[in-house]
Amino acid sequence: MSTVASPARPASSGMSARTLNRIVIYGLLALFAIFYLMPLFVMLVTSFKTMDEIQNGNMLALPQSPTIEPWFKAWGETCVGLTCAGIKGYFWNSIKMVVPAVLISTLLGALNGYVLTKWRFRGHTLVFAMMLFACFIPFQSVLLPMATILGSIGRFGVTLQNATGFNFGLGNSTVNLVFVHVVYGLGFTTLFFRNYYEAFPTELIKAAQVDGASFFQIFRRIMLPNSMPIFVVTVIYQFTNIWNDFLFASAYAGTGDVMPMTVALNNVVNTSTGVVEYNVNMAAAMIAALPTLIVYVVAGRYFVRGLMAGAVKG
Amino acid sequence: MAFLEIDGLKKRFGNVEILKGINVELEKGGFLVLVGPSGCGKSTLLNTIAGLENITEGEIRVEGRAINDLHPSKRDIAMVFQSYALYPNMTVAGNIAFGMEMRGVPAAERQAAIDKVAKILQIGHLLNRKPSQLSGGQRQRVAMGRALVRDPKLFLFDEPLSNLDAKLRVDMRIEIKRLHATTGTTIVYVTHDQIEAMTLATKIAVMRDGEVQQFGTPAEIYNNPTNIFVADFMGSPAMNLIPAKIDGNSGALSVVLDREARQPIVLPMPGAPAGLAAFKDKPVIFGVRPEALTDPEGAERNGSSIATADCHIEVVEPAGSDTFAVTNLGGKGVVARLRADAKIQPGTSTPLAFNLSKAVFFDPATEKRIL
Repeated sequence: MSTVASPARPASSGMSARTLNRIVIYGLLALFAIFYLMPLFVMLVTSFKTMDEIQNGNMLALPQSPTIEPWFKAWGETCVGLTCAGIKGYFWNSIKMVVPAVLISTLLGALNGYVLTKWRFRGHTLVFAMMLFACFIPFQSVLLPMATILGSIGRFGVTLQNATGFNFGLGNSTVNLVFVHVVYGLGFTTLFFRNYYEAFPTELIKAAQVDGASFFQIFRRIMLPNSMPIFVVTVIYQFTNIWNDFLFASAYAGTGDVMPMTVALNNVVNTSTGVVEYNVNMAAAMIAALPTLIVYVVAGRYFVRGLMAGAVKG
Repeated sequence: MAFLEIDGLKKRFGNVEILKGINVELEKGGFLVLVGPSGCGKSTLLNTIAGLENITEGEIRVEGRAINDLHPSKRDIAMVFQSYALYPNMTVAGNIAFGMEMRGVPAAERQAAIDKVAKILQIGHLLNRKPSQLSGGQRQRVAMGRALVRDPKLFLFDEPLSNLDAKLRVDMRIEIKRLHATTGTTIVYVTHDQIEAMTLATKIAVMRDGEVQQFGTPAEIYNNPTNIFVADFMGSPAMNLIPAKIDGNSGALSVVLDREARQPIVLPMPGAPAGLAAFKDKPVIFGVRPEALTDPEGAERNGSSIATADCHIEVVEPAGSDTFAVTNLGGKGVVARLRADAKIQPGTSTPLAFNLSKAVFFDPATEKRIL
């Protein structure tokens, strides 16, 4: 470009300055990338090494005789606390907690966004401001109050059990965690959907009303099918957050068979019997990280698109 | 009893009165156009008829039955929106059938209705496409199909042509007119385009600031505007509104138009409206449409009172079908509409014929017509 703008200037000096700039920029970027990816690399190679190799070899070296044994051991045999049945049970605990928590919080967020933009009522801005405020609550500060609430719910579950013979899952640790994550996820999911629906053409709602669609019919037939990008964004965001949560999980489901994956992984690493099996620990950590990775890979291209969608729409 | 009656309708948002007592009625099979500049409340009025906005006071009746408290879906209306508001996730057929689906019409009946409408609007080949795969004109047709398929008592159109390019707009305008003629439906139509209003309507309500300025047939609105606003708004090019004076010293009334550095033009007014006598020696606004100010050869032969005066032509605009000439009278540019082949040069003086039987007068203080 500089050569076009000023043909008198020798092209070579412009070129070399630009090349130098590029080298510095890309060099720095590469350095940061290496720095950032190094731990992942170590984890990955370690998980395919035998214990001998780990104890005698270089941490950064590639495995001499790659083995997937540690992965099987982590999945099915390793000791979590005192039980030695692998992490598979805890993995399913997490799935059972994350899937309903993500779906419920996302759908409720969509419903909130729909009401806050298309069925406005007096004080809707105040309600939204308060929902937004929920995004900024430090989770440590709610640990004890929430424990009290969960305790009450549990006692109510016992009462129900005595009265009807069925407790509707109240007091169950997984249900408790779903409840907690739905409540604390709602601020974010509402924010996402409200901002998306703010730009959603209101004439569509009016047309559907004239066509005779009810509140929920409009939501299900018009709003939801046209919310794919923001739906994906919210699901990725919520899935990652809830799957990776350690604080609530350790506080409300920190012992026994009900532990989610994150707590179990911590217990695998902290088990103090015998040698520390680094390869198994690394494999367990990889397994724990896998679902969020998969969600990113599968839905990631919607992520950027969804974040942009509300911003640039005229 | 009229088919659609709007009676003392008021609409307030907080302290702001958007509609200040609207009274309009429309016969069955009529075509009512609500026209006015943006912000005049015409779209709000349409939304209240549709039930998408509540009203503060008054009543809306269809066939004598008050509908203003009914849900939009219970009013037996169909609406075409400015943005067409086609559901992007459904096919054209799905869009057209959505209303019937919501009302629980059986699938076979829905299909028959879709086919019928698709035939009328010639959109049969588009039925399986999504709205994003359609052009503007096709979307417009689908939006009309969605309204037509319901066979409602009342059609509401909210500026349906404003998103189309100029040529397509004219085509669709003719199509809407044809549709109205063949189906005999009752239509309320909102636009800010006075040509659409004139060409389509059987009745026009000209609105400004939440009030109906004038309500009548297109000819009434065009020929007998009740105030300066209506006179100025309707017609293109707009009516010439020339500051003038009434002179009655020689017995009969005459209109005096001042000119820069020239003798004023004095036009005798034998058939002046009775109210004009009260404005003797006072200023008035003299309104004359461009087509009533023309070259003497092109003037209406049987016009009862034609007066000719030499005018200094400043600008000539040949528009193909006509030639417009701009002269200066009473300190304002005045447009005359001449034949396309009129021999006329800017900077020269040419005799222009005033068709005084078409002239109207306004009181500059109240802006009302002097009758």
